Amino acid sequence: MALVTTTKGEMDESLLEKREGSLDNDNESTTWVEYWLDGELVHRSAHVALKQSVTLAAEAASFT
Amino acid sequence: MANTQAMTTSFMGELMTATHNFGTAPVRATGATDAFKAALYLATATYNASTTAYATTNEVTGTGYSAGGVAVTFGTPPTATNSSTTAGVAFVTPSASITYTGVTLTTAFDAVLIYNSTQSNKAVSVHTFGSQTITAGTFTLTMPANTTSTALIRLATT
Repeated sequence: MALVTTTKGEMDESLLEKREGSLDNDNESTTWVEYWLDGELVHRSAHVALKQSVTLAAEAASFT
Repeated sequence: MANTQAMTTSFMGELMTATHNFGTAPVRATGATDAFKAALYLATATYNASTTAYATTNEVTGTGYSAGGVAVTFGTPPTATNSSTTAGVAFVTPSASITYTGVTLTTAFDAVLIYNSTQSNKAVSVHTFGSQTITAGTFTLTMPANTTSTALIRLATT
């Protein structure tokens, strides 16, 4: 029996409707999981894996 | 042999550890690593390259989330790697995922600001992602691999 933390406290996963989704692009790979109870969202978690750097380009100037 | 004009890669790496000072800089009492934090911002916010410091404006609010966000761990020091006589990369990446546990954030957010909480909350970088909300759950940001091409923060010459 798996328990899920919800807005209504710990609940047995079997009592809930589970919905999952994902997103993958050049910037991120994301997954999320939702649990619904009688049409009400009671839990949502998300995991974002960042793919891109922020980069500072440096340069030594020429005298010419 | 010939000389080659270049920014030295060691210099870029040393910028990441405050070795050089061309102007007025904070006086450091110790050589200890600064503390860094990560704050989440609403999708309606405008944090970007012009951001200079952490601010509460448009920061997310909700159950389980403390203003200012959570600590960011840099367990691996910056690395500086030459790729040629003219190019190199200095890079650093948080050594652990950034995790907000047991939060409810019902207004969509899509950015995290990494900032230096030791140095007056000065901004380091802004990273965006697809809009999210969290309900009685956990939000986790996993870092890219700490390599010359994928590290989260890179200073590069080409």
